Amino acid sequence: MIKTLAKHIKGFIKESLLTPLFMILEVIMETLIPLLMASMIDEGINKGDMNHIITTGLWMGLCALIGLFAGIMGGLYGAKASAGFAKNLRLAMFENIQTFSFANIDKYSTAGLVTRMTTDVTNVQNAYQMILRMCFRAPFSLICAMTMTFIINAKLASVYLVSIVFLGIVLIFLLKDTSKYFTQVFDKYDELNASVQENVSAIRVVKAFVREDYEVSKFNKAANNLYRLFVKAEKAMVSVSPIMMLTVYGSIIAISWIGANMIVGSELTTGELTSMLTYCMNILMSLLMVAIVFVMITMSLASAKRISGVLNESSTLKNPENPDYNVPDGSIDFENVSFSYSSTSEKPVLNNINLSIKSGETVGIIGGTGSSKTSLVNLIGRLYDASSGVVKVGGKDVRTYDLETLRNEVSVVLQNNVLFSGTILDNLRWGNENATEEECIEACKLSCADDFIQSFPDKYNTYIEQGGTNVSGGQKQRLCIARALLKKPKILILDDSTSAVDTATDAKIRNAFKNEIPNTTKIIISQRISSVEHADKIIIMDNGEINAIGTHDELVKSNDIYKEIFEAQTKGHGDFDKKGEL
Amino acid sequence: MKGPMRNNKAVGKKVENPMKVFKRLLGIIFKKHKLQIIVVFICIFISVFANVQGTLFIQRLIDDYIEPLIGTPNPDFTPLLLAIGKVAVFYLLGVISTYAYSRIMVYVTQGTMRDLRCDIFSHMESLPIKYFDTHKHGDIMSVYTNDVDTLRQMISQSLVQVFSSVITIISVIASMIFLSIPLTILTLVIVFIMLLISRKLAGKSGKYFLAQQIDLGTENGYIEEMMNGQKVVKVFNHEKKNIEDFKKLNDKLFHSSYNANKFANIIMPINAQIGNVSYVLCAIVGGLLALSNFAGFTLGMLVSFLTFNKNFTQPINQVSQQFNSIIMALAGAERIFDLLDEKSEEDNGYVTLVNAKKENGKLVETKEHTGLWAWKHVHQATGEVEYKELEGALVMDDVDFGYSDDKMVLHNIKLYADPGQKIAFVGSTGAGKTTITNLINRFYDIQDGKIRYDGININKIKKSDLRRSLGIVLQDTHLFTGTVMDNIRYGKLDATDEEVIAAAKLANADTFIRQLPEGYNTILKSDGGNLSQGQRQMLAIARAAVADPPALILDEATSSIDTRTEKIVQDSMDKLMKGRTTFVIAHRLSTVMNSDCIMVLEHGRIIERGTHDQLIEQKGKYYQLYTGKTA
Repeated sequence: MIKTLAKHIKGFIKESLLTPLFMILEVIMETLIPLLMASMIDEGINKGDMNHIITTGLWMGLCALIGLFAGIMGGLYGAKASAGFAKNLRLAMFENIQTFSFANIDKYSTAGLVTRMTTDVTNVQNAYQMILRMCFRAPFSLICAMTMTFIINAKLASVYLVSIVFLGIVLIFLLKDTSKYFTQVFDKYDELNASVQENVSAIRVVKAFVREDYEVSKFNKAANNLYRLFVKAEKAMVSVSPIMMLTVYGSIIAISWIGANMIVGSELTTGELTSMLTYCMNILMSLLMVAIVFVMITMSLASAKRISGVLNESSTLKNPENPDYNVPDGSIDFENVSFSYSSTSEKPVLNNINLSIKSGETVGIIGGTGSSKTSLVNLIGRLYDASSGVVKVGGKDVRTYDLETLRNEVSVVLQNNVLFSGTILDNLRWGNENATEEECIEACKLSCADDFIQSFPDKYNTYIEQGGTNVSGGQKQRLCIARALLKKPKILILDDSTSAVDTATDAKIRNAFKNEIPNTTKIIISQRISSVEHADKIIIMDNGEINAIGTHDELVKSNDIYKEIFEAQTKGHGDFDKKGEL
Repeated sequence: MKGPMRNNKAVGKKVENPMKVFKRLLGIIFKKHKLQIIVVFICIFISVFANVQGTLFIQRLIDDYIEPLIGTPNPDFTPLLLAIGKVAVFYLLGVISTYAYSRIMVYVTQGTMRDLRCDIFSHMESLPIKYFDTHKHGDIMSVYTNDVDTLRQMISQSLVQVFSSVITIISVIASMIFLSIPLTILTLVIVFIMLLISRKLAGKSGKYFLAQQIDLGTENGYIEEMMNGQKVVKVFNHEKKNIEDFKKLNDKLFHSSYNANKFANIIMPINAQIGNVSYVLCAIVGGLLALSNFAGFTLGMLVSFLTFNKNFTQPINQVSQQFNSIIMALAGAERIFDLLDEKSEEDNGYVTLVNAKKENGKLVETKEHTGLWAWKHVHQATGEVEYKELEGALVMDDVDFGYSDDKMVLHNIKLYADPGQKIAFVGSTGAGKTTITNLINRFYDIQDGKIRYDGININKIKKSDLRRSLGIVLQDTHLFTGTVMDNIRYGKLDATDEEVIAAAKLANADTFIRQLPEGYNTILKSDGGNLSQGQRQMLAIARAAVADPPALILDEATSSIDTRTEKIVQDSMDKLMKGRTTFVIAHRLSTVMNSDCIMVLEHGRIIERGTHDQLIEQKGKYYQLYTGKTA
């Protein structure tokens, strides 16, 4: 895990190395100053040597200046290294997520990925900065101060050794469970936030069922749990400071007593005693720092784990080694294809599918909820890989193609489609970055979107809100179709993409397809008979298997499922969206 | 067309009235923890006092106890021992009180945060639907996460540190003045410079910290949008372009984060070294004073003064370290207060819904569920109680409505639904179908006209009772984290397992639920992520069915269910709702055909109404849509 993360320090290695160096320089200066101070008192003040006082003072000034420089540089580089590390981590995660296959995407929730890229990275960033600035500084400062005290007086210095050992043992004992508690805290915290998110988006359900009080009491319970865990975790933390004080005070008393005796016995000077007392703070502060760094690292470990999880997730779909960049035509073949989303599930989602579609054909797919229509078409553009059997496009196994080439030729309009914030033109150009405005308009005319776009005040420059919330469902679907058309694909797949479009417009779109892009293979999944009845062939899906393939006329006569759907729908012909809705 | 209502006002705004926000925040902390806070203050006071005593002891240690012993043949250690004993007591007191206040502050901090979270949540639940429709969900969420979090450091550390620093500073100044006035002035001048520099740097870093929050928010939004649409990204090979866009945002965040930390980082070394310089200057000046024996200034006093000098710069350094967390906490608190100040949904209704039974032909209120419901109308003037059977008659009289006052969506809606009827709304997207249902259960209030439910103006009915009388299956299905069983039971919290299963069977969901890994105990996560749209709708229908509501609204409730399954579901729903009023909004003709009355909506007006046969007879819009012929 550390290795995974460490790779991303790249580009900020210089800063990462310089920060501790400068911090060490700062520590050296901090150690020198009390030493000079002691000399100033003993050699200067006590002997009335004003010259010595001033020279020592100047030396101290110089040390302070160097310390200042080192401290500032350490601060600058530390900030840069950690911010840079965080930047690299975010980018690396984002880049890796971009390589995710559909199967990978299914594994993570949006909220989970967002937290990993924001909160978790911030935790790691803070911890890293702390490590760079304190991890070397604190132990080094400890060693320096200890050395100095031993130089001054080894006997007295042993007092510190005792207190350090005491403090170390107590801290380890206290903090050993803290990390465990904090991991629990973070988990509970995630849950709490998830429940808030749920409530915000489902507020209509909550209100419709008058469940406000129920939700509030549920939330209060969760908040109380979090409170209890937090208190438990922090209780251990708060005893650190008093124990620190106890040790400091204990050392001061011990040193005062022993020191006084030694001064009387002429083993020690008063200046040396003062220095000893000054180092006392240094030593114990560095110890405390070590403890804080220790806590921070353990706290950020949970975050680091979550980040490296994303970074190490490798795409379940790999580009072949010598990819084929040429898709000859829009023919599709399924040979004994079976598919399931996870290797552990017993019943495959698709079972032994055999199918052959000629280039340029129009194919309708119809079937009940959960009959695997979508799963079937997702294999064509290699959004998932078949578990067994071969899917061929243009006569070649889809796994031999370059993924980008394949997906450019196989354009899918997904069931849960998404528009992105930006103008209509921006959104359309997802299909083809270099499309001219004329080409975009042309595509929108084909998908019957031009009319309503023209009615907007800003026309093609109308701003679409995130998720396309400011256009209606039917409008969104037509924009998505136009976007897919701009790819000029060899195969176009519409996965229930006109469900919110009225029948008349639906027919118009299909007509346009027939006349304007006759050579493109068109696959249309629909619940509506009218959307598929004119197709060259209609596939009836049932329970992961192909129930029948045929034309409308054939199926109406011979297939029970089709007949039943047909009768249910022709009695109530089509639906009620009027033509050219706004 | 960028909606003015959807302004992203969340992160990074400058706090408009910091003092007011600060005062209110303190008020909240104090209100529930008055006693604790007083104890904390006393403890801090004791702890600081003990610390000062310790420092004074070091002064006396050399001058009063050690110097006299030097050179004496038989030194008497008793006074020294006594002094050490005395200071040990002070030290112990300091340690105990530090532990006490730190421990109490954990409860105060976490308690305040818990209370705030609960307050925010329960207030949020009381807000009108309009609030949720006009605020980005990400922004609301960030109040719970980012904003409440900023308070943690401020309450637990900044408050205590600032308070103890102030006491320390005051007591140290007093002690310093006692030792030497000239040196005190020197120290104060240097500290003043230190404060000036800190303020400048803290201001700079504060600015960048706010910028960092804005950039983080923007990047957060971008990530969220792209992660949501990741499958579309894949289908369109848009990965490279995304990475480019992301890089730009990421570099911006790097820049602000670097700068924010940079300025925060250099405050400490600068202050520390200025502190050292102050130390050196005092040493030199003090040395000169001591050597010339100015005003009885001794070496021991100098040593003691230097300790005070060090002790003095430390709290100041600490306070300046807290600046950033205070700035961020105030920005967070302001957004929390914005939410808490949002106006709750108003409810002046007084007519309530009660279970009833008939005794001698008269309606009597009862506790148990009878399947018979009555409106309990307490006349405000006379206090007379009147019961009226809930029948589900709905009348809309000349209703006008718009989501904002300047843009009306519905005009002159006149509608009457007799008890037990099935009323359907049809019309193109945006014609106002869903809006009408939003009005019936008062998610929104109408601008003009009247809506009467069983002859009672719905404004007089208590909102919760009104909504309880109306089961609703919404266009967008939302499920909650929990088992399938829990999700269906949401409609009626005390439903038995058998009732839940019966409801699932009614919605035709039983079969697929049993195929899930744990059947009814399968835990659904992230809004039922792995279920298909159709399956989710079936669960939503089961949820409404288990509530066994007196009246029902189905808003495109079966749109993603295939026609065959829909028919099965519909038949059982019809059976359940027999004799009760049902409102149906649908696209598909098969869904609405057997309704008692079909309303055709266009541009927010009802243009036709009647049964299927009547409307066909009329040869109007419905006929035109139905046959596909342009008349």
